Amino acid sequence: MSELKVKQLKPRDAGAESAGVATAPAEADVINPDELRAEHHERQQHQRAAIESLEHATLLDMLYRMMHIRHFEEKAAEAYTLGKIGGFCHLYIGQEAVAVGSIAALKADDYVMTSYRDHGHALARGTPADEVMAELFGKAGGCSAGKGGSMHLFDRDNYFLGGHGIVGGQIPLATGVAFAAKYKNTGQVSVVYFGEAAVNQGAFHESLNMAQLWQLPCIYICENNQYGMGTALKNAMSLSDVSQKACAYGMAAEFVDGMDVLAVYEATKRAADRARNEALPTLIEVRTYRFMGHSMSDPGNYRTRAEIEKYQERDPIKVFADSLKQQHILDDAAFKELNERVHAEIEQAVKFADNSPEPAPAELYTNVYANPIKQ
Amino acid sequence: MSVITIREALNQALREELGRDENVFLMGEEVGAYQGAYKVTKGLLDEFGEKRVIDSPITELGFAGLGVGAAMAGLRPIIEFMTFNFSILATDQIINSAAKMLYMSGGQFKIPIVFRGPNGSAYQVSSQHSQALESWYAHFPGLKVVMPSTPADAKGLLKSAIRDDDPVIFLEQERMYGMKGEVPDDPDFLVPLGVADVKREGKDATIVARSMTVPLALKAAEELEKQGVSVEVIDPRTIRPLDIATIIKSVQKTNRVVIAEESHAFCGVGAELSAQIMERAFDYLDAPVKRVSGVDTPMPYAKNLEKLALPDVERIIAAVREVAYL
Amino acid sequence: MATQVVMPKLSPTMEEGQLARWLKNEGDKVSVGEPLAEIDTDKATMEAQALTTGVLRKILVQAGATVPLGQIIAIIGEADEDISALLAQAESGASTAANKQSIEAIVESGQDGAQQELAQVVPDGARTQATIAGQPLKGEAGAPATASSAQTQSAPTDKEAIATQPAQTAEGGNGLRGNGGRLIVSPLAARMAAEAGINLQTLAGSGPGGRIVKRDIEEAIKMGDQPAAQTQPPATSGASAPSAQSAQTFQESSVEGASPYRDVPVSTMRATIARRLTSSIGPVPHFFLTTEIEMDGVAELRRKFNEQDKENKISINDIIIKVAAVALVRHPQVNASFQEKVVRYYERADIGVAVAIEDGLITPVVRAADAKSIGQISHEVRQLAERARSRKLQPAEYTGATFSISNLGMLGIDEFTAVINPPEAAILAVGAMGPKPVVRDGEIVVRQLMRVTMSCDHRVIDGATGAKFLQTFKQLLEQPLLMLL
Repeated sequence: MSELKVKQLKPRDAGAESAGVATAPAEADVINPDELRAEHHERQQHQRAAIESLEHATLLDMLYRMMHIRHFEEKAAEAYTLGKIGGFCHLYIGQEAVAVGSIAALKADDYVMTSYRDHGHALARGTPADEVMAELFGKAGGCSAGKGGSMHLFDRDNYFLGGHGIVGGQIPLATGVAFAAKYKNTGQVSVVYFGEAAVNQGAFHESLNMAQLWQLPCIYICENNQYGMGTALKNAMSLSDVSQKACAYGMAAEFVDGMDVLAVYEATKRAADRARNEALPTLIEVRTYRFMGHSMSDPGNYRTRAEIEKYQERDPIKVFADSLKQQHILDDAAFKELNERVHAEIEQAVKFADNSPEPAPAELYTNVYANPIKQ
Repeated sequence: MSVITIREALNQALREELGRDENVFLMGEEVGAYQGAYKVTKGLLDEFGEKRVIDSPITELGFAGLGVGAAMAGLRPIIEFMTFNFSILATDQIINSAAKMLYMSGGQFKIPIVFRGPNGSAYQVSSQHSQALESWYAHFPGLKVVMPSTPADAKGLLKSAIRDDDPVIFLEQERMYGMKGEVPDDPDFLVPLGVADVKREGKDATIVARSMTVPLALKAAEELEKQGVSVEVIDPRTIRPLDIATIIKSVQKTNRVVIAEESHAFCGVGAELSAQIMERAFDYLDAPVKRVSGVDTPMPYAKNLEKLALPDVERIIAAVREVAYL
Repeated sequence: MATQVVMPKLSPTMEEGQLARWLKNEGDKVSVGEPLAEIDTDKATMEAQALTTGVLRKILVQAGATVPLGQIIAIIGEADEDISALLAQAESGASTAANKQSIEAIVESGQDGAQQELAQVVPDGARTQATIAGQPLKGEAGAPATASSAQTQSAPTDKEAIATQPAQTAEGGNGLRGNGGRLIVSPLAARMAAEAGINLQTLAGSGPGGRIVKRDIEEAIKMGDQPAAQTQPPATSGASAPSAQSAQTFQESSVEGASPYRDVPVSTMRATIARRLTSSIGPVPHFFLTTEIEMDGVAELRRKFNEQDKENKISINDIIIKVAAVALVRHPQVNASFQEKVVRYYERADIGVAVAIEDGLITPVVRAADAKSIGQISHEVRQLAERARSRKLQPAEYTGATFSISNLGMLGIDEFTAVINPPEAAILAVGAMGPKPVVRDGEIVVRQLMRVTMSCDHRVIDGATGAKFLQTFKQLLEQPLLMLL
């Protein structure tokens, strides 16, 4: 494990050996891709251990969800190029293990909130692909009725509290959700995702301070994909070890390999237990990589093709599928079947979105106020 | 009926609503142990405890956002800004989160929250602590903006705001906290949002005033009456949604309008009122709408300059005389 | 607090200004933004507006005078306020230089736009003020905007640029202002006028800049009812002057010796008639009334007259002048003039008599012909005609008539129409008198007949009004003794 760029940290009050903060890799910038193949074996070793503790159905469901998201995003990219999706469209390809692994560790009524790169989280939370695609298409059948679009997916029924468009803006909101859960003593946990660039926002620091101060059941998951839009982390953060930011607030933190869905699952599980049992927040830094540009309009000229290809070697779906095969939980036929299922579902989602009507013009004026006052 | 101050009226409203609904909580800087920077929250910590009355760190963006998130999850937060000057730090959460959440979620997440605190000028606290921000918040659909000018309105409107399911910006005025007036004792006394109040009837000119300029306008109206000019004073009370119908009705009667406001004129609420009056009652205007606003400078410290920077009774009288061609 | 009004800086290069005219008089109420005076600058004529509300207490610079920038030109204060200190200061001239300097400083600091307000505190605490108004907005036809500070610095070039500013300011008083005679009217007043059918062009605005406001319309509606009542001719008597008339006070005319008059605002109906008829046939809508008059009585009268005083013979025309004058006084509606916003009724009948001169025509005026004897009239006409032919008439002798008579009878013309000489409301064209067969009591007899045609300004005179006047005129000529009544 120590060879891996993966560290697990215990809660700050879990023992003397943990100073309560994470230790990230020494070289805090982009991990050398040449090491990745070497890591591959060890990652599978880890997964083998983790797999043993989980139901096969759970494991296969995680793989399915990752593949579901992957193909959804591929079709979304295609639809974007066909002009069916407007505005911004931030794809999640490469980061699927983060949403899927963490959400798999949550209860169905735990709250999930994220940034504008939110398709994966909504789908992982259970929002039907039909509704997500329809939302991207700006249709009445969308999960936000066509009013939110790609960046603002919402699904109240699945406790998905939205994609939020201002970098870091969702972090105080999720802190407030945790506040409400604690206030009402519901036992729910609030999980919020944000990119590493959001860590530089005041909202992040203000939130962590309040969460620790008031002991709120909130899990802060930093999806460190190493680029804030086109700016590499090392060019934007004085101390680029994100998990160490928890130090300042005395908060528990972990550093997790975001290409390992089970590592993310386990870290989240620990954090959720901590939140539920001790009403304590956790900061989890998940090192990941997006295979696509920042958004569909990203020329991507800030990183090399070689770099991307090397990360694709550690594609979380590929890694996980290999592990499952090695454990004889998955065979080629089953994988092919899964793949076909996912393709059929997403094809159906596109069809649904295509066929869904546009929002009625009158909808322009609805939902501005919950209690409208006639003027 | 009791005669109490606006401070006491607000305190009563908070107490009654905290008592009425377990989901209501109060958060802000110095709202608890200190009993409120302006004593509006006096006694509430003792009565409702630390769970319901929460002293926040000085972290306006953070606790504003926390309030919005709590509202998403079913609570009814009252977020106090020690003054609205500090709300500027929290505008992202107020405007981008609170105001738009219901809309961009397609109606799934309402945000029943009240942001309250003193707005407008205070006494010799210079530029950063003496400004009126209502036009900022009134600009955005999704927010409701309330500005009471009497103890009864303060109480009735705050209670309505807390019970409302939308984000309400509730703008008090430090200079007015000590103003006294009659307030009904009925614990269910409410003043509905979005309804203007004719504070004084008249026929020669209409003054539309809000918050601190309401008492100034009433004083001006008294003086003008001695000069034979009959002035109607209208307090919209809620800036958004605006009860323009009441104002237009008055303009149709008096044909002349003066808008009195503490805020800067440029892009201000007065400008909006003026535009709407022009759009809806153009043919009833006998004179251009006249604004008496705070001057177009930051607020100075020096007492004499501060006085010059703010609307006063004399300027309002002169404006009324001007629109009435006297 | 009394306020000094100073000569404002109205153009970037202005050093001094000529006070073209005051738009307010001492004692007038003024309010912020209201034009106080017109100032001729080196560029154009501009309005100086009041920056404070009060009473124009003292005018310190009379119209026509040129004074340097910053000189105190007036004082505005409360009606009863003691302004002696400010007056003393103004007279000492002490503050002028300082004012000028500070005005320049403020202008340098540069605000673009149609209107600049300049205000500062002078040493004794009184507010010195001036306002620039009337400069066209940027991009308006032919007129570069107020110079920016940059322009101000490059004086030689911007001189030409700004010189194209049109001199504006319409003649005061009829609601017309600014370029192209734009009507300034409050929206409410416009609507009220439309509803009441009032022609805004006929109103004088009492608001700032001559804006027509609600009270002007209310006033017009109120006044509109009065002339309407008056235009009902003294119905039964027909020829007797309206009794209310004598109680009216008359204003002196600006033409020396001309008839005093009183102005009655144009009624709604009158304004509508005026507007419609004008649009039909030119600025003075004429119509014509002709009648034939038996002149035997007049001829006899004249014969007797001339038998008595062979030195000073009178003409038929002299009698016609007298008779017309008497009829006019009995029909004040005809002895009138259309003045856009009012109908002007004259106290006396000043009769213009068309006199042909070598290369034209002039109409000397017999003043108060109604009050003069025929002999006097005859004498005056002779004098005036002589002076006309020798071109010695003074303007006061040929302007300001209330009615004119043109007689081409001596040239053998039986009947013709004459063109009204504005602003008079009517002219009488008199044809030749001659014997003609007429039927009287069933028999054909010979009578001296004369045809007259009156041209009427329909904006003032309606058909029936004119006809009733002519009736009286004819009656008096046919039975001259009636003049004694």
